[in-house]
Amino acid sequence: MLRPRRKKKDVPGGLFVKCDGCGEMVYRRNVQERLQICPECNYHFRIGARERVRLHTDEGSFDERDADMAACDPLHFVAAKAYADQIKSYMQRTGLNEAAIYGTCRIEDRPAVFAAMDFRFAGGSMGSVVGEKITRAAELALAEGLPLVTTAASGGARMQESAYSLMQMAKTCAALKRLSDAGGAYISIMTHPTTGGVTASWASMGDVIIAEPGALIGFAGRRVIEQTINQELPADFQTAEFLLEHGFLDIIVERGQIKQTLARLIGYLS
Amino acid sequence: MAAETNQSDFAYKFEAPILEVEKRIKHLSERATSRHEDLSAEIEKLERERDRLLEEVFSNLSPYQRVRLARHPMRPQPMDYVRMIFTDFIELRGDRRFGDDRAIVTGLARLDEHEVMVVAQHKGRETREKVAANFGMPRPEGYRKALHKMKLAEKFGFPVVCLIDTPGAAPSLEAEERGQAMAIAENLFTMAGLRVPIVIVITGEGCSGGALGVGVGDRFAMQENAYYSVISPEGCAAILWKDGERAAEAAGAMKLTAADLIEAGIIDAVIPEPIGGAHRDPQRAARELERYLSDVLDELRPVPVGGLLEERYRRYRELGVYRTLPSTEDVESPSV
Ligand SMILES: [Zn+2]
Repeated sequence: MLRPRRKKKDVPGGLFVKCDGCGEMVYRRNVQERLQICPECNYHFRIGARERVRLHTDEGSFDERDADMAACDPLHFVAAKAYADQIKSYMQRTGLNEAAIYGTCRIEDRPAVFAAMDFRFAGGSMGSVVGEKITRAAELALAEGLPLVTTAASGGARMQESAYSLMQMAKTCAALKRLSDAGGAYISIMTHPTTGGVTASWASMGDVIIAEPGALIGFAGRRVIEQTINQELPADFQTAEFLLEHGFLDIIVERGQIKQTLARLIGYLS
Repeated sequence: MAAETNQSDFAYKFEAPILEVEKRIKHLSERATSRHEDLSAEIEKLERERDRLLEEVFSNLSPYQRVRLARHPMRPQPMDYVRMIFTDFIELRGDRRFGDDRAIVTGLARLDEHEVMVVAQHKGRETREKVAANFGMPRPEGYRKALHKMKLAEKFGFPVVCLIDTPGAAPSLEAEERGQAMAIAENLFTMAGLRVPIVIVITGEGCSGGALGVGVGDRFAMQENAYYSVISPEGCAAILWKDGERAAEAAGAMKLTAADLIEAGIIDAVIPEPIGGAHRDPQRAARELERYLSDVLDELRPVPVGGLLEERYRRYRELGVYRTLPSTEDVESPSV
């Protein structure tokens, strides 16, 4: 369960930005011009859901659905901060209503359903809204006979919704099973980071699974594993490259090539 | 948790006064027998005192006390119930891909006229068994074994009974290398469409994706002192307050008891336990569980598969709480 480390990885406002890949201070404009990729080491900085739409779908084609869906606080969860207040503050800070958006779009002129997560909103944690939106995206793809494309970026479950959060894993997978049984195509893109309940549910059920280079992908957090098992972990542990080598991904694709790759795959799968 | 292992006389602090009185009852009874004394009045008095204490302590358990009962070292485990409830159990091992995970035991068994596939999470009791079962934390091969056996059940038309008791899926290098997340996801996906009835009961700990990975079905119940949550109370407290010691608060906040979950509409039934918890009278706890399983298997047997799957889909489809923002409260979305 990762939480967003504010201002660290999300490209900040200064002239230079420190790259988490190589540790160098790199010229911010050079990073921006390269789709938020480090010119020195190819590190893919985290980008938001709207940027995903902009990069992976045809300009102006995205028709967002259920944009006004927002979280409730079914458990009246109060810890250091009240969940209801946290939600409000994430909304203000990100300009998003939740950690996922979805809608219809075109990808190199091919119609598709597209859903994207945003790590800045509550660490991309999956609560009822994320689960519901992914489920509706799958149902929409099924009803319209369109391929489904998702981009995951998640620290895992939304703790403040406890069992409801857990149930989203089952709900999304059930919807994807229906889509799959009907012959629908689903392409899942895992971005940095994709962990916990999102990896252990819908993000792993793509007919084709793509990841961005260097993305952290896994079930349990590195620290949890180190603490529980007292094990030394390899440097490339839980990276996209590690998963590819172990057979859990189809392709690693550079950010700039994703749209084209999606279009080619959709050409085959639909 | 080291202090809570391998003790056949283990007791939590909140159980201690009761056990103290029981010790005195036992002592008096032995004296009565060996010395032929009539101590029945004193014994009866102590028994009343014990019953009063049981009522006092256990009618008012905090959520975290229930979590501790769910983890009680003497609490019957799924395989204990399999032995007490089912007949003709024949274990079927191996995932046919990598190995045989002892944290999930699978096999065929009978309950009344029902032939079922049992999927039982397993913690083990003696040290060696616990280590072999990885303390009840399944690895990917455990989830894949369960999946393999559930498909066998589907082929031959056996309903599946999943008994859940896990602190979570194994967090380890090997588990990640072998695709822990993908194994769980595959189970959720496949169980959603498995063409035989699936009954889920949490008998102890129902923690996170580790529990859900064999926990999708048509009927879903918890024993009275079981818990179900997205993360352990200790893990939740560590994240919220950077302090695992505040687990009791976290347990309250996460609404993880059977009573909470039936209210939330996530489970269908709470299976009663003897007062003081299942470990105080395992036979009675087993009878209650047996009655539940027998009832729901009878109920699900005649349901045609189409209706069964439709209902299963509805069950999960409806879970989640969200709202539509009023337009004034709507945060302006930056244009794409
Ligand atoms: Zn770099």
